[in-house]
Amino acid sequence: MDNREVLICSGTGCLSSGAEEIEEAFQQELVDRDLLEDIEVKKVVKKTGCVGPCSLGPIAIVKPEKTFYGKLEVQDVEKIVTEHLEQGNIVTDLLVEEDGHKVEEYTELNFIKGQKQIALKNIGEIDPASVEDYLKQEGYQAVEKALLDSTPEEVIKEIKDSGLRGRGGAGFPTGLKWEFTAQAESEQKYIVCNADEGDPGAFMDRSIIEGDPHKVIEAMTIAGYAIGADKGYVYVRAEYPLAIETLASALDIARDRGYLGENILESDFSFDIEIRVGAGAFVCGEETALLKSIEGKRGMPNPKPPYPAQKGLWGEPTVINNVETLACVPEIINQGSSWFNGIGTESSSGSKVFAVAGDVIGTGLIEVPMGITIKEVVFDVAGGIPDNKELKAVQIGGPSGGTIPSQYMDLEIDYESLNEAGAIMGSGGLVVMDEDTCMVDVARFFLDFTQEESCGKCPPCRIGTKRMLEILERITSGAGEEGDIDKLQELGERIIETSLCGLGQTAPNPVLSTIRFFRDEYEAHIYDETCPAGVCQELAPPYVIEDETCIGCTNCVDECPVEAISGEAGEVHEIDEDECIACGACAEVCPVDAIYQRSQGKGDA
Amino acid sequence: MGAEKFPELDPIFAKYRGKKGTLIPVLHEVQNRVGYLPEDIQKHVAQKLNVPLSKVTGVISFYSFFSTEPQGEHTLGVCLGTACYVKGAEALVEEVKDQLDISEGETSDDGKFTLTVTRCVGTCSLAPVVMIDNKYYGNLKPADIPEILAKYQDSGQEGK
Repeated sequence: MDNREVLICSGTGCLSSGAEEIEEAFQQELVDRDLLEDIEVKKVVKKTGCVGPCSLGPIAIVKPEKTFYGKLEVQDVEKIVTEHLEQGNIVTDLLVEEDGHKVEEYTELNFIKGQKQIALKNIGEIDPASVEDYLKQEGYQAVEKALLDSTPEEVIKEIKDSGLRGRGGAGFPTGLKWEFTAQAESEQKYIVCNADEGDPGAFMDRSIIEGDPHKVIEAMTIAGYAIGADKGYVYVRAEYPLAIETLASALDIARDRGYLGENILESDFSFDIEIRVGAGAFVCGEETALLKSIEGKRGMPNPKPPYPAQKGLWGEPTVINNVETLACVPEIINQGSSWFNGIGTESSSGSKVFAVAGDVIGTGLIEVPMGITIKEVVFDVAGGIPDNKELKAVQIGGPSGGTIPSQYMDLEIDYESLNEAGAIMGSGGLVVMDEDTCMVDVARFFLDFTQEESCGKCPPCRIGTKRMLEILERITSGAGEEGDIDKLQELGERIIETSLCGLGQTAPNPVLSTIRFFRDEYEAHIYDETCPAGVCQELAPPYVIEDETCIGCTNCVDECPVEAISGEAGEVHEIDEDECIACGACAEVCPVDAIYQRSQGKGDA
Repeated sequence: MGAEKFPELDPIFAKYRGKKGTLIPVLHEVQNRVGYLPEDIQKHVAQKLNVPLSKVTGVISFYSFFSTEPQGEHTLGVCLGTACYVKGAEALVEEVKDQLDISEGETSDDGKFTLTVTRCVGTCSLAPVVMIDNKYYGNLKPADIPEILAKYQDSGQEGK
């Protein structure tokens, strides 16, 4: 029998759905059956980084067949060990079902099939704690090629030719950034990896560091060689303790193996990396603010120019690249710029990682070629909308991005097309929203976020976002006034024009894009005093119980948070409409669907 | 004067001596050790790093991770990131507030929990999520909260 491996996804998502217990169970079974010692049947339980389809966790992948077992429970482990590992038969019962058939191989899952993994390539395949695993995946070959066979100029040219653009925000060409910094004259230069991943809903940078830390180290070393820097910093959010730990031990290993430090690979090039941990300020994702934070100051942005390429960290020329951008670099060096350029669209080459969340079946990280349509992402890769509901919109780019309505689902995703649609690529947060989502509330949510994270340095962002938020709160609480929509638009446009940094320059996007596509919802809130989606509680109509359907089970009576429902067991219950806060908790627990919201017909509630 | 005041912190200063831009890493480690950053600690850090107290205080007040108040034994963070928000995390915040009788940023009377509302913790597929110290609890309903709190209240440890 071939050597087997059992890969247990140990990403944060799987860990909290019980992956640790599954792993322990596998280990225990192997010990009990004395299989760990058996050389011929070597079965290894490895901790892998995030595999992607978090909604199927906990996950085990059995190699070499790449059999995918999802939603595992501890009692399933014994069966897999007996039937699959010992007898070689796939446990069909535990396979995931898609489109009416059982999926055997990991790569055949819809969620994986539609992807083109570059930055995420090794994640889930390798043990992040093992540099040997990384080396098997062409690890540290790119740095060897760069340092020993290429000049810095050749490395920069390769990255320029690949068309790689920044994956963390505005999409600036990476090769150009490197070239500007290489050309700046200075004794001291720096490489900074931006892992201050703050956009709510986006977690690809964390997964890359947790799942494939050596790739980030290798890429930073290549970048350092290209621009002539001997020192790099990785700025990681304090909210990511596992990423910090994983990266720190990978750095130690890289130093031990001579991939970092003096005279790397016996070349003339020396380079080392230090981790800096953020302290909970979203604005530090902005590059000039990030540099201030590394310097130990309040993370407030500076006007640009000068750009960090000229005056960056401690006034020295500095390249700042996001984690996902860097993760593409070794692949480009290994496979060549034309390979990378052959993927994606004219203006946007390669693929992009999206963190898919919200009202969608397959949530998690996906890496898809640029130019894929939104529809393909939501329906083909991520499996569509649960509970037979309608797709209403997707929100791309987080608090800096915009909301794209369902009629634009054939939009091919790249930097330019998203900008035109009023969104941005941003860091790649992609939140799917179904028909029950209130767009005014979504806009309020994002603005509440940016308003609170505004650092306060420039008035348009500090005061402007506050005024916009006040108007939105007024609208969602039923006190909207005539002219509010115009005010929001005017304020938004001014804030975009006059703010100092990217935070303020993009903060109004979620509001402006929802006004553009869902103006009728704003109008309904203001003029009709209703929230069409039934989300804004102060505007939402109360719930009522249909007498002839109610079975008197008292579930709703117990569930109601404001005790607005009365009735004894076996009798028809009644909701006091004056007390009802329209939270919908009762409708959720009703076993016979007897409860609905007043203005809506039954079945719509 | 203050030099011998906090000898337990000396290794931290020694570790960062001679490095650049160390105020934030030092504050992280001091807060880990002491639990929070009251004024006398701030003065001590300022003196040790030879920076003005105003700079130390300025940095602490800018970053939400630093606290000048004592924290509970456990930090309970309810994620209000997009996915969690859409999936009803606000109701979780209300439930925790009710259960512990505290508001955001406050510590429960028994000193067990400090309630915070966090930005996205990056586990959107489990939304809505509560994070207690470094452990995640996902797919929660308000009704799940009492049971989770009880694990910590009974044993004083992260319960299993």
